[in-house]
Amino acid sequence: MLPSIRGFVSSESNVAPAFGRLVRHPSARWGLGVIALLVLAASIGPFFSSYSCVEQLDIVNLKNAPPSWPHPFGTDQYSRDVLTRVLCGARVSLAVATLAVLLSMTLGTAYGLIAGFVGGRLDNAMMRILDGCLSIPRVLLLIAVLTLWERVPIGGLIVLLGATGWFGVSRLVRAETISAKQLDYVAAARAIGASDTRILWRHLLPNVISPVIVAATLAVGNVIALEAGLSYLGIGARAPTASWGSIFFDGVESGVAFFAGNWWVVLFPGIAIVVTVLAFNVLGDALRDVLDPRQLHLAQPWTDDKK
Amino acid sequence: MSLLSVHDLRTYFYTDNGLARAVDGVSFEIGAGETVGLVGESGCGKSVTALSLLRLVRPPGRIEPGSQIIFDGTDLATIDEKSMRALRGARISMVFQEPMTALNPVFTIGDQVAEVVRVHHAGSKREAWDRAVQMLETVGIPSPAQRAHEYPHQLSGGMRQRVVIAMALVMSPALVIADEPTTALDVTIQAQILELLRELQQRLGTSILLITHDLGVVAETVSRVIVMYGGEIVEEAPVRELFAQAHHPYTEGLLNAMPQVGHERERLATIPGTVPPPTSWPKGCRFHDRCPYAWDRCAAEHPPLYQIGTGHTSRCHLADEPQRRAEKHEPLVATLTGERSASR
Repeated sequence: MLPSIRGFVSSESNVAPAFGRLVRHPSARWGLGVIALLVLAASIGPFFSSYSCVEQLDIVNLKNAPPSWPHPFGTDQYSRDVLTRVLCGARVSLAVATLAVLLSMTLGTAYGLIAGFVGGRLDNAMMRILDGCLSIPRVLLLIAVLTLWERVPIGGLIVLLGATGWFGVSRLVRAETISAKQLDYVAAARAIGASDTRILWRHLLPNVISPVIVAATLAVGNVIALEAGLSYLGIGARAPTASWGSIFFDGVESGVAFFAGNWWVVLFPGIAIVVTVLAFNVLGDALRDVLDPRQLHLAQPWTDDKK
Repeated sequence: MSLLSVHDLRTYFYTDNGLARAVDGVSFEIGAGETVGLVGESGCGKSVTALSLLRLVRPPGRIEPGSQIIFDGTDLATIDEKSMRALRGARISMVFQEPMTALNPVFTIGDQVAEVVRVHHAGSKREAWDRAVQMLETVGIPSPAQRAHEYPHQLSGGMRQRVVIAMALVMSPALVIADEPTTALDVTIQAQILELLRELQQRLGTSILLITHDLGVVAETVSRVIVMYGGEIVEEAPVRELFAQAHHPYTEGLLNAMPQVGHERERLATIPGTVPPPTSWPKGCRFHDRCPYAWDRCAAEHPPLYQIGTGHTSRCHLADEPQRRAEKHEPLVATLTGERSASR
């Protein structure tokens, strides 16, 4: 009983005790476990496969072969091993999503911190610019740019996804900064002679970072789905690079997908996408419970004896 | 020469509701090693005065040109921000009212005390930490080496206020501004914190400007009292003289409003009305509508600071016409509210 009470009292956005609460959170454990497995599979999985990511094994005999022992997920129309490609695709999809989110969170946090901290006219101008950015539909913008860009490198895809994903976060951070900068400890930091830069980095950033962590986790799931969608349209990760979206695309392109009979090329990357997005969303929601003290009254006290 | 000499300090806020003259021509001095009390109700300008001394007033507020804050020979009102930053926390520091919110929740207390040292480049990380631990011991934190690793929420209110005091004193400043340092604390803890301040003041020779609305706090701690009302100083006197023979009716009112031991069954006296908003100070004497002695001159003529005795000044026309003190009557504000409720 008592451990949970300690957790509630120390809810002032301390990351260290929050991690303990996260591990005790039942659905967070689930989400974290799945993500850990995925990362493990993506990083070491391809080494255990006897085939390479883009190797065309036997275009005559192994074209669209159904799942079998040597090829548990079957092969695609170019006779490539789908299991290997899903594992390689995990690398691309997870890396693209993580790096893009890292970029967008950095941009959004910096923008929001500066706007909220400086305030006044600069804040006003920055917020109007942001309103303008928010009014552009992200998917349409991405499709337009990616279509014009003949062969988009993975790095370019990351930058594009990152550069179009920071608007919401910067609003969040700005609002948090505005309320945090009025707190006494910011005045106290000024009173000890701290400079603006120091106040921003040391006193404001750590106190506004919790919602960013939540938003970032949810955004990874979102970007994985988005990247899959773009690759499916043939404008994300281009062939022969394997990403979950492009494998899916290969499966559909080869014929009438499910109905043609080669369902395995579509099903397995599809499952990978759904499971990953779900895991990130579950983890994001759990993080929100754990990190946001304002939502504590909504969260159930999870205690060890309740398992 | 005194350590701090404030002359004609005016801090105005340019708000949407008009010009708020929160501090309006305040002049006082604090000698080296002296403890001075600054007393008044909420809204009288005492906190803004404190913030002005550190130049921490945020827009839309600003210190008006012509104000002088001479600290140790330098006019703080005119030096550049960088030099001001070098003074804050090192030569002049501040103790905040709410120890709960004045400490950053995400850092350990040792870290926060050490930060003051690091901000002023007064030593390596290791040295800063050692000084912080030493300072925590000085302010009476038990087993400071271990406690330094704790977070603010793990400490009691009194302990937290000790940490805030440690932050204020770690650089051995010449002047500490304590803004209601005991208001947020239990009475027993209040006494401990005041005792601590007095002891540290004697040991380190620091001057203290103690801001409070509680005359009881002032009586035990300071040697001289400045009473503020409506953005101005209305009375200044040595602490004994103020308690023995307060001159200004406002000070009198504050003293009457203090609970007294032995008069438990009696109802506490109050000063009718509230501090007027700083956007529209009353004409004449700013206290005249709440004053039990006010006569027509008070509504028309703004009183100067009259000299009452040695080191005793009062901004009241009673100094000029002492016979009026006999004519006590209902204050104007009470009559006004009375009329209003009658007409309703």
